[in-house]
Amino acid sequence: MKKLTAFVAGLLFGIGLLLAGMANPAKVLGFLDIAGAWDPSLALVMVAAIAVAWMPFHWAMKHPTSLLGAPMQLPVSRELDRRLIGGSLLFGVGWGIAGICPGPALVLLPTGHWQAWVFVIAMLAGMLIFKALQARR
Amino acid sequence: MVDTIHFTPWSALAGGALIGLAASLLVVANGRVAGISGLLGSLMSPTDSGRGEKALFILGLLAAPLLWALFQAWPAIEFKTGAVGLVVAGLCVGIGTRYGSGCTSGHGVCGLSRLSPRSIVATLCFMFAGFVTVFVLRHLLGL
Repeated sequence: MKKLTAFVAGLLFGIGLLLAGMANPAKVLGFLDIAGAWDPSLALVMVAAIAVAWMPFHWAMKHPTSLLGAPMQLPVSRELDRRLIGGSLLFGVGWGIAGICPGPALVLLPTGHWQAWVFVIAMLAGMLIFKALQARR
Repeated sequence: MVDTIHFTPWSALAGGALIGLAASLLVVANGRVAGISGLLGSLMSPTDSGRGEKALFILGLLAAPLLWALFQAWPAIEFKTGAVGLVVAGLCVGIGTRYGSGCTSGHGVCGLSRLSPRSIVATLCFMFAGFVTVFVLRHLLGL
């Protein structure tokens, strides 16, 4: 059952990204270009997503197990450290270069654009580089 | 100046609501955060728990455009970046999201929905860096 709900959640997430225009790098860059012709659409995507997810996440914070009996696994760290800030800034630079973040990158893979494959391979390589750096610490 | 030609408020709100619904389903049913970079990173670690359901979420994400194509033509998809830019961007996104413990989904949607201070800071950071990067590339360097 957990596998089914996970699959359906992924499917809904992907349809949402496509409908919202998040899977169109040009549109994402139009949102990030506040000094040009600014397309505020993606701010509304965030607002709507948070509005819908607000109550379920607040429910989740008060319950130790999920409806299917799985342990509630919400992040517990509260530290505002250099890794969080530096990592997020670096992610933002990459997002600003191509207009693609991890979710849309995966959704773009089956649409037949070579650019998506180049981006996803580089992104996975980046994650492996992080893993290798972690292992050396 | 707001670009009124490309501004699509209704599909943005509807798409956002679906994203919120998907994140809600995963946390309420499976007790997990729908953070794409975190899920991908976890799939690279053979010792992590729940890799089956995580893989199925990712599979659902990959299946979404195929389901979409059964009923609708592809939405507009336009890339603005060449091969070198895509490689640099992909590396930054891969390394950055793992160091920052999340991306637009994990921090931006799930984290903000529970008012996590870390996610608020992370979202401000990647938004700020995204705005600055586009400004520098488009308006200062003219790329």
